[in-house]
Parts: sequence; C-alpha cells; structure tokens
Amino acid sequence: MNSKLKLITDGFIKNNPTFVLLLGMCPTLATTTSAVNGLSMGLATLFVLVLSNIVISAIAPLTPDKVHIPVYIVVIASFVTLLQFIMRAYTPAMYETLGLFIPLIVVNCIVLGRAEAFASKNGVWASCLDGIGVGLGFTLSLTILGAVREILGSGSVFGWKFITGDGMLAFVMAPGAFLCLGYLMVLFNKLVKK
Amino acid sequence: MAVKSNLLNMSLMLTLTCLVCSGILGGAYVITKEPIEAAKAAKINKANAAVLPAFETSERGETVLKDEAGVETPYVYYKAVNGEELVGYAIESNVSGFGGNLKILVGITADGLIYDTDVLDNNETPGLGAKCAESGSLFRTQWQKLDPRERILTLKKDGGDIDAITASTITSRAYTQAVYNAVQVFDALTGGEADAATGASVPAENNNKEESSDEQ
Amino acid sequence: MEYFLIIISAIFVNNIVLAQFLGICPFLGVSSKLSTATGMSGAVCFVITLATLVTYLLNKYLLIPFELEFLQTIAFILVIAALVQMVEIVLKKISPSLYAALGIFLPLITTNCAVLGVALNVVTKQFTFGEAAHWLNLGESMVYAFATSLGYGLAMVIFAGLREHLALNDVPKAFKGVPIALITVGILAMAFMGFSGMVK
Repeated sequence: MNSKLKLITDGFIKNNPTFVLLLGMCPTLATTTSAVNGLSMGLATLFVLVLSNIVISAIAPLTPDKVHIPVYIVVIASFVTLLQFIMRAYTPAMYETLGLFIPLIVVNCIVLGRAEAFASKNGVWASCLDGIGVGLGFTLSLTILGAVREILGSGSVFGWKFITGDGMLAFVMAPGAFLCLGYLMVLFNKLVKK
Repeated sequence: MAVKSNLLNMSLMLTLTCLVCSGILGGAYVITKEPIEAAKAAKINKANAAVLPAFETSERGETVLKDEAGVETPYVYYKAVNGEELVGYAIESNVSGFGGNLKILVGITADGLIYDTDVLDNNETPGLGAKCAESGSLFRTQWQKLDPRERILTLKKDGGDIDAITASTITSRAYTQAVYNAVQVFDALTGGEADAATGASVPAENNNKEESSDEQ
Repeated sequence: MEYFLIIISAIFVNNIVLAQFLGICPFLGVSSKLSTATGMSGAVCFVITLATLVTYLLNKYLLIPFELEFLQTIAFILVIAALVQMVEIVLKKISPSLYAALGIFLPLITTNCAVLGVALNVVTKQFTFGEAAHWLNLGESMVYAFATSLGYGLAMVIFAGLREHLALNDVPKAFKGVPIALITVGILAMAFMGFSGMVK
C-alpha cells in the first residue's frame, strides 16, 4: 500500500513535472495568468494523462515495438479531442480562455513522457496512480504559479480582489510568466534540493 | 516486453488503433454536438441580450459593406424581433486594435440609436487598452443611447464627440471606428430610412429582406 | 504591404517564444550553445513551413469538405510526425551535409509545440493585419509560418548568445541553470514588448 501511495506523492516533489523535470513548459507559462486558469489547465492535463496512461499500459504488451510511438500519439490525441468536445460543450468560457493550449496537450512532453517511461512498462493500476500523481503535481505547480502571478499582477487570488485598482501588470503579461517561474524555481531549489 | 515487430502486426496495430479511436471520437462527436451548439447559441443570445432591449427571437445574417476604396468587408449581424416588430440589430464589428483583433458587438435599436456595445474579443494591453472590456466604465457608458446622427463618431482629440480611455488612444480610436462601421452596416441594412421620430421599422425590414437575399 | 505587416508582426510583435509561449522546451533545452541553437532554428524553420503547407491543404481539401474539422488535432499531429520522419529520410539521401547539421534535431521537432501550434493557429484563428479580421489564404499562411519560425530563430539565437555569457558568470547556487535562464528570458520578453502596437 505504501508503494502505491508513494507513486502519487512522488509526482508532487521528487518528480515534480514543472520544477524538477522541466516538462510541459509551454502551458505552464502561457495559461497561468490567474490561479483559476492554472488550475483548469492542470486538471485538463490530468484528465488526458490518467486516461492515456491507463489505455497505453493496457495495450503496451500488444504493441509492436517499432510503431509504439505513433500508436501512443494516436491514443493521446484521441483523449485530447475528447476533452475538447467535453470542454466546448460544458465549459465553453474556459475552453476559450485556454484556447490553443488544450489541443497542444498532445505535444505536452509530460503525457508522452509518462507513457514512454512508466505506462509502457507497468500495469494498468500502477499507471493510473502514476498519472494521478504526476497530473496532480502539475496541477499544483500551475495553480501556485497562477496564484503568485494573480496576486502580483492583479491584486487578487482565485478572482477575490484584495486591493483596489491594478496590480503590477507586467506579471500577468509574458515577461512576468518567465520571471515568476524563474524565481519560484529558485525557491524550490533552496527549500527542497538543498 | 513488447511484441516483436513485423509488417503484418505493425500495420494491423496501427490500423486497429486508428479505427477504434476514430470510431470512439465519431461517437463522442455526435453525442456532444447538441450541447456544443446549445452552448454556442446561449453565448450569442447572452451577448445579444446585453446590447439590445428585451426581444423574443434573433436571426443570424451576413452582409458585405463596401468602403470608399471599394474594399469589401463581411459583417455578421443578428436581427432581433418581437413577433413581427423589429427590435434592433446586434452587429459584430472587427477592427485592428493595439494588440491585434478587437471584436465588438454593437446593438442598434430600430430607431437608429446605439443601445449598448460590448467587447467580444480583445488582445489589448492589460490595465490600459483592455479597460475597454470593463462594462460600466465611463468610456463604455457614453455609448449607451447615443444617437449616431447627432454625434460625430471620432475621438474628441480628432475633432469628434467621443471620450477616449486614458493613455489608450489607439484602442479608443479602434473601438470608435468599430462602432462607426457598425452604424454604416445598420444604415445599409435598413436602407438608411430608420427615423428617430417614427421608428420606421416596416420599410426598413422590407429593405433588409431584399438586401440579404441578394447577399447570400 | 500586407505581407510585410505579417512578417513584422510574426517576428517581433507576436514572437512565438516570447509572446505566445510556444516551443519553450527546446528553447530552454538546446540554447546553451550558439551553434546548436542555430541548427535547431534551421530545422524548426524548415518543418514549420512545410507542416503548415501540408496541414493547410489537408484541412481545406479533406477535413472541411467532409465536415471532419473535429479531427484537426489528431490529423495534424500524425501529419507532422510523418512529415518529420520523411524529411529525415529524404535529407539523409539528398543532402548528407544538411542532414548532419539538422539531423539530431529533427526527431525532437515532432513534440515541439511550435509546429502544431502554428499549424492549428493558421486554420482556427482569424488574423488582423492592418485591415479587418479574416482567414489567411494559402500564400499568407506560408508567409506567416515562415516569419513565425524566423522569429523563433531570432529569439533562440539571441538567447543562446546571452546564455554563453551567462555560463561564464558566477551566479548564486540556487539560481544556476534553468532559473537564471528563465529570468533572462523574462527580461528579453520585456524588451520585445516594446514592439507591441507597432503593427496596427
């Protein structure tokens, strides 16, 4: 049981996709203009990650070696398309905010990376847990980054405004994304890696 | 771990995966088609309701406007009616703002007054030009119930009657241009016969029917 | 005039890395040396332009007539993956020297979101260059794709130059590597923000 739990918690710190593995940088920087956007992007990735991990671990033993990458990509792309349908039908506003970065989950290195490194070598249940762990780690990092940028940039957190007027607007624009992530990584290095 | 590759099992696996995936997606597409259309329609209705007085139904239409240089620009509009009576038009107007496309919805009632405007899509700078998307700001409220025949639709610094957003002249100018274009579309749709005094919607409607059948 | 606006807008104003956040992984990954950065930019330039051409035609003549637009994502990524493979094989045969220069970067490009991003952008978004928003035609798409990839190369080469200098400097331990690189990109992005509003 402990090893199962470890699969999940590993994704938070030791294998944190954003701060340690440096995977999936594009959505991390682009969609974290607010905590809610970061959280949504994280959950969207979690959805694809868990489902594709499950399916890929199930079909991996049947897949000929030479075509495993195309097969995985088709599986991942299908789940991304499925996610697009669901978001367009039930959360159209969020779909528009995240825009291009929903279809781009297909090329998010986290998803293909976990499929290659974990799901293709492990069972369905373990792969599912791994997907949940890494997905939650990604969601957590995105939410934190989104929250920091929202606090600095517009003086609010999860849409709740605590100052009047504007914040330091540079932080919700492109340069702020790079700066915030850079400094958060420094903090992470100081606290965790030593 | 994995199966040894040969031509047969490689092509079989690829074909099978593609078939199964597209089958599932096709099914999902059919299932989600209705909610997606409903979500789209709800969004359009909400936007139209924000810029026009209460109406029962609205109908989408397209038209083309030619400017002085002969360049043709397509416009999408929604004609809102209460039964037979024309309430007004909500016209989508695209212009190029400071940061890219600025898409504005302009509601014009049958008597030719601008009822309200709304921003559908903008890429303006946060804190400056993007303020045009904040409803209730002075820049936005000045458009409500504005009569385009009595005011000059250019910024005050360009000799008109419109107040600009502080430090965002380009955005304000683009916004004003978008509203001006929408008024031109409205005039073309109603044949320029809409009259504030009588609210002459009947001839306007006839004109519109002829015109839109020509355009489509 | 319009083409000129597209080029300026794609390279400077809406720079793909610094304003649109596409292709960051290879941007951070292979930018530590100027020579590899140039090689990667060349390969990306080639693939983006080619991929946009193919996906544009695929979308216009296959997906739209059969009302299969919902398969865009899946179709495009397969096309890009196949295209990259093909380019690799063809280059190996036709120009071994070019293959030697770009070769190692080619497999990485399939998962470079800049390629899929540009291909999807062209067919799903309306653009404004000077006049009202419109869908890009084939010629404009090609120019847009090529200019965007030039912008990618520009950002990449500038950044690689900065990083080569950065490597010689003594930075605090926690800042070493990626963090200081990200902060540098942030400042670079700030400089590029000065271009915004240039193309109206």
